[in-house]
Amino acid sequence: MPEYEPVVGMECHAELLTESKMFCGCRNTFGGEPNTRCCPVCLGLPGSLPVMNKTAVEHVMRTALALNCRINPHAKFDRKNYFYPDLPKGYQISEYDVPIGVQGWLDIEVNGETKRIHIRRVHLEEDTGKLFHMAGEEESHVDYNRSGVPLMEIVTDFPPDIHSPDESRAYLMKLRAILTTIGVCDGKMEEGSLRCEPNVSIRIKGTEEFNTKTEIKNLNSFRAVQRGIEYEVERQSALLERGEKIIQETRGWSEAKQQTFSQRAKEVEQEYRYFPEPDLVPLHITEEWIEAVRATLPELPDVRARRFREEYGLPAYDAAFLTDTRALADYFEEAAQQSGDAKAVSNWIMGDLARLLNAGAKEIGDSPISAKDLAAMVKLIVEGTISGKIAKTLIEEMYTTGSEPAVIVEEKGWKTIKDSGAVQAIVDKVFADNPEIVVAIKEKGQTQKRGFLVGQVMKAAQGKADPQEVNRLIDAKLNE
Amino acid sequence: MGTLTDWTAHEALERMGRGEVTSRELTQAALERIASVDSEVKAFLTVTPEEALAQADTIDARRKRGEPVGLLAGIPLALKDNLCTTGVKTTAGSQILHNFVPPYDATVVRKLREAGAVLIGKTNLDEFAMGSSTENSGFFTSRNPWDLTRVPGGSSGGSAAAVAAREVPLALGSDTGGSIRQPASLCGVIGLKPTYGRVSRYGLIAYASSLDQIGPFSRDVTDCALLLNAISGHDPLDSTSVDLPVPDFTAACIPDVKGLRLGVPKEYFGAGVTAEVAEAVWGAIDYLMELGATVEECSLPTTEYGLAAYYILAPAECSSNLARFDGVKYGLRTKELAGHIGLTEKTRDEGFGAEVKQRIMIGTYALSAGYYDAYYKRAQQVRTLIRLDFERAFETFDALLTPTSPVPAFKIGEKSDPLEMKLADVCTLPVNMAGLPGISIPCGFANGLPVGLQLIGKAFDEATLFRIASAYEQATDWHQRCPALSV
Repeated sequence: MPEYEPVVGMECHAELLTESKMFCGCRNTFGGEPNTRCCPVCLGLPGSLPVMNKTAVEHVMRTALALNCRINPHAKFDRKNYFYPDLPKGYQISEYDVPIGVQGWLDIEVNGETKRIHIRRVHLEEDTGKLFHMAGEEESHVDYNRSGVPLMEIVTDFPPDIHSPDESRAYLMKLRAILTTIGVCDGKMEEGSLRCEPNVSIRIKGTEEFNTKTEIKNLNSFRAVQRGIEYEVERQSALLERGEKIIQETRGWSEAKQQTFSQRAKEVEQEYRYFPEPDLVPLHITEEWIEAVRATLPELPDVRARRFREEYGLPAYDAAFLTDTRALADYFEEAAQQSGDAKAVSNWIMGDLARLLNAGAKEIGDSPISAKDLAAMVKLIVEGTISGKIAKTLIEEMYTTGSEPAVIVEEKGWKTIKDSGAVQAIVDKVFADNPEIVVAIKEKGQTQKRGFLVGQVMKAAQGKADPQEVNRLIDAKLNE
Repeated sequence: MGTLTDWTAHEALERMGRGEVTSRELTQAALERIASVDSEVKAFLTVTPEEALAQADTIDARRKRGEPVGLLAGIPLALKDNLCTTGVKTTAGSQILHNFVPPYDATVVRKLREAGAVLIGKTNLDEFAMGSSTENSGFFTSRNPWDLTRVPGGSSGGSAAAVAAREVPLALGSDTGGSIRQPASLCGVIGLKPTYGRVSRYGLIAYASSLDQIGPFSRDVTDCALLLNAISGHDPLDSTSVDLPVPDFTAACIPDVKGLRLGVPKEYFGAGVTAEVAEAVWGAIDYLMELGATVEECSLPTTEYGLAAYYILAPAECSSNLARFDGVKYGLRTKELAGHIGLTEKTRDEGFGAEVKQRIMIGTYALSAGYYDAYYKRAQQVRTLIRLDFERAFETFDALLTPTSPVPAFKIGEKSDPLEMKLADVCTLPVNMAGLPGISIPCGFANGLPVGLQLIGKAFDEATLFRIASAYEQATDWHQRCPALSV
């Protein structure tokens, strides 16, 4: 079997964080009772007209700049015509041949290597409504709350730079990091505010041709994107091996089966009859406007990660992890500065805190432990007020109660025992209770059993003894 | 002093101001006139007597208390039925919207309410404003008050007929290729298409967005200016409405053309313009010369391509604008439900008339991949050339004079060939293509049927049109002639 190489184009849609929808004053938020955030404009009532949301345009300009794109000074809007019940006007206002941003790139790191992924275009369009079905009913219903929500499309360049599921995932993660950092999208894949539709084909490694591709839809997590592409590569390879043809089609992703399935064949190229939107005037993007938008850009993830390595001495892995979203990076930076031990903060975030958040399906922004409290906890460890072992329990308690660490430590009596006499008494008792172990160590040289004694002391001290002190006292007593 | 329904709006306003008459009396008179003649003229699709009388009483009470009132306070006014009115059925002349009651007012409707106008009803039109006779209406054909066997023109035929038949002194229409000026010409009234962007299109059910413009019908020039004052201005809800100061157009009605340079483009007197129409128009041109204007022949060479280009661009836009009528959200929904594609196809098949279907087909074809460059793009290039033609002419002239319609009102059913019907707009549609203002004023009769003179102005220079129209009107009495309806 020849070695196949995946060829992946990424088409991503990001719902933009704006107060109002793209062409009307309706509020732009997720969910809500169906058809409660609609007006004549986003319902496409006869006679209604769109009015451009300037913030949405600036979000796309911001993204285009962050992705190193060139900005078209005369970007314009076009109508994409097709019939569907969730599309109230029978056309979607989009950008066809002169999008706001073109010819950009972002860098990804996979297996320690940096790779540049080129971006073809960044454009602005409006989202559609949503069809839904009620149990026991034959009819479909339409909810237009999402209709007219500003949507940004980001498409990678052709020929594609991405040749593995890992690279696809890394691209998407980096894209999300940038979008959330510059504040244009909340990046919530599970709510559909960031959606990704990879186009996947395969070819024999080393060849340059492009084979029939399939498009995967309904991927609503990074894992699903990676798994979906992996599955498609396997499926297509198997087809070619059997001498069968790959059909150009749109395939859905089943989370339950971890498989893609055929949704709709794309035999004929859909005819959208694009033409310039006569209800809107073309944009006139001046240099001054571009510079004003550029000035609002925060530190971008790559730059921030580099600074985290240099300023806080973090390993590359930590720096990349912590700059995954702006909220996470801000959280880390606040805690690191207050605690004075950046690496410890990084470890706690990547370890226990990440585990707790994952278990509760929470983002860092929803963390019951504030950056300030995490810093205070790390400080308690650094100052020797509590042991690292106690801290493991403390962080769980902080997560559950949301209380400050010092308050919990006080209440629970978790402070390290500073009184050497008290620790000595525990050591003496453990020696007295375990004479055979002491003998084994002292007379038979079974030094591996020393750990047992340490454990017993720590246990008796309920983890509050300073481990260094415990070791010192045990060694002293063994040498008596 | 004539009857109440013979008064112009400005005359009625003066009389109301002096306490000689109330809005209720005017409104009542208009309603009675409609009751007695509209079964023959058939200008109205909907009449709203209760709302109208209530509005009239409100205005009368306000006047009585000495409170300030708006520009058109107490004046009965009709709206073309493609202008959205809150709570009042708005059909665009189509069965597909036979039951559509908008939850909002068009910007012009809101402005008219604020100006105190008494909205009396909605007038008939060719379906979605596509046509030149109202014969394409999804409901019935309106009739020309000068000869009930003839069409009033279109698409704003109902509004033109209503004003000509003394049912109302004022009405609004919309003009995409001549739909205000041509029926004004055929009915012997004044009709103005303002500069594209002068009046907000918000709430006008779109036919061709880049060409549509709302404008007034009236029986004299001052009334036309008065109504334009009330509806003009930038609207934040319409991105294509222009943020320019709006002059007082009534102040521009100075009957003096001395020193004005007027051009007569020769292409507008070509094939299709009847001898009688040409004679009436040339008579008006001679008159304006006598009044002191300088008149010269000029040329707009791209005019001959205007019709062809228009019938690519307008259908292209309409094919998209009318896509929203799919039976899902409002209006007609077929009873034969068979999936969403079936629902859409069947609803549209049942709801749209033949002319609308034909234009949707043409537009869909022109925008299709592989044809776009040959049709849509090429037509846009022609449009640019037409605009340049006008720009060049306006380097020399203050305004241009042409016939409005090549022919007077034709018989109902006479023009069965769609192409022949489309030639009715040959003099008016280049004005829409260039986005310029154009007005039609009565300039005589041909075999007892009114003939209109079209004045074309520079962009946003409606004022010059009012000046010329005022001068001509003062010197003639065509506008005072009244059709002898058999009542």
